[in-house]
Amino acid sequence: MSTEKFDAIVVGAGPAGAAAAITMAQAGLSVVLLERGEYPGAKNVMGGVMYGRMVADVVPEFWKLDAPLERVVVEERVWITTEEGVVSLGYRNPRQAYHPDGCPNAFTVLRARWDRWFAARAEEAGAILVPQTVAEDVIWQDDRIVGVRTGREEGDLYADVVVIADGVNSFLAQRARLRDHPVAPHHLALAVKEVIGLPPEIIESRFNLEPGQGVTIELYGAVTDGMSGYGFLYTNRDSLSVGVGVLVSHLMRTRRTPYELLERLKQHPAVRPLLTGGEVLEYAAHAIPEGGYEAMPRLFGNGVLIAGDAAMMVNGLHREGSNLAMAAGRLAGETVIEAKRRGDFSARTLALYEAKLRESFVLQDLVKYRHLPELADRRPDLFRIYPHLVHDAVHEMLTVDGLPKRAKQRRIWQEITRRRRPLQLLRDLYEIWRAVR
Amino acid sequence: MRLEEKLYLLRWKHDRQSHIAITDPATCRDRCGKTWGRPCTTFCPARVYEWDPAEGRIVVYYENCVECTTCLVGCPYRVIDWRLPRGGFGIQYRYG
Repeated sequence: MSTEKFDAIVVGAGPAGAAAAITMAQAGLSVVLLERGEYPGAKNVMGGVMYGRMVADVVPEFWKLDAPLERVVVEERVWITTEEGVVSLGYRNPRQAYHPDGCPNAFTVLRARWDRWFAARAEEAGAILVPQTVAEDVIWQDDRIVGVRTGREEGDLYADVVVIADGVNSFLAQRARLRDHPVAPHHLALAVKEVIGLPPEIIESRFNLEPGQGVTIELYGAVTDGMSGYGFLYTNRDSLSVGVGVLVSHLMRTRRTPYELLERLKQHPAVRPLLTGGEVLEYAAHAIPEGGYEAMPRLFGNGVLIAGDAAMMVNGLHREGSNLAMAAGRLAGETVIEAKRRGDFSARTLALYEAKLRESFVLQDLVKYRHLPELADRRPDLFRIYPHLVHDAVHEMLTVDGLPKRAKQRRIWQEITRRRRPLQLLRDLYEIWRAVR
Repeated sequence: MRLEEKLYLLRWKHDRQSHIAITDPATCRDRCGKTWGRPCTTFCPARVYEWDPAEGRIVVYYENCVECTTCLVGCPYRVIDWRLPRGGFGIQYRYG
């Protein structure tokens, strides 16, 4: 059995794990980065939006390197859908798609490519990447975690700290006693997606883009068929990522199948023309931890930290996750560096990690939206009622039929109050406001 | 596009042994059938779980599994024992 001891073992070579490994390896710590896939990214799926600032915090000026960015997001659209129609909101400003230092704000990626590149930066910094290796358990010594048991022969590895970043439904979080109960069905969404190949020129003409520019579309309403969640359509260099995610608790209740939901979304009259002529290259599915702050595990223990999806670090409303993961991974890495300086890897020093997270947007945003997951689970009807009301109101105002506008307003209000009494409206608005304020 | 065609696009490295087991088939047959209608047969995005009415049990096509982990959470009685495939085995996304 190998008795070599490392400063840190990082479990999972996704955005959180790789960011932690890069941070620690750059500071000269000895780091092992475990990955259960054939290569980093082999098991990882995301809609596809990555955020530059948090990448640059660990790999400065990464946009000048050979990073596999697909397209820089210059336009973001929100589509409120009914069965046939769309009310579209959007923001476009190609010049402001970059921070003042030239760092792209948001860009699309394909995770099998991106994660491989990102993990290679950890290797470059000196971390040892070990793929095709499952971390099956943590190794305890009294009340401290001192390593991980891998699925390999003689596969025990020892370190001062284990950083758990093994993704959604983290097995190690429970083994490390950071989580007492498994994740609940209403704290998890299932997303399915397809990558659909199309020539770059066609994508650029269909979405009104210059080469290298990209668009994101989030679709709310009818596309989730009465369940809480949303669809998405993102442009890659020579493909589109199109998918839909809904709460598992709602899938259990409605007994709808995710792949039929995706087919339905692809057939939506506003979506179908964008996909025409495309060739489906890959189908993928992944769970998304949507439980938010209330469903988070403990974030540290003696000799252990947890980051990313494994720690529920997803901001569903803003479709953010990879950025929270990278920021948390970096802060975990900084905490371990400090712990090594102090020579103390107990929870007392590692508590610094949570303090850092509370000072950053990571926990501040998760705390801000702490009531949203409960509302999303309890009120899937909001995703059905309001898109229809908005759609019908816009339709009425845009239909030129000789009716004066004041009469149209009256008709809209009558229609709204017919379907939703003023008191219910107020209550809904209050509930939504309370969950996002 | 049918699910079979979607799955046909994927690349796996198959293990000989299953990483999924049903720990209490009677629960699927009786309690879950009555109360929930066996939701694993519908929410699983790769149709790993199929109800066999003749045999009166859930058949597990573990080779189809894309490791989304939904069934860990979505089985109402938690009788699906789903483990991570051994290192290097299972789904290998090319795009992700």
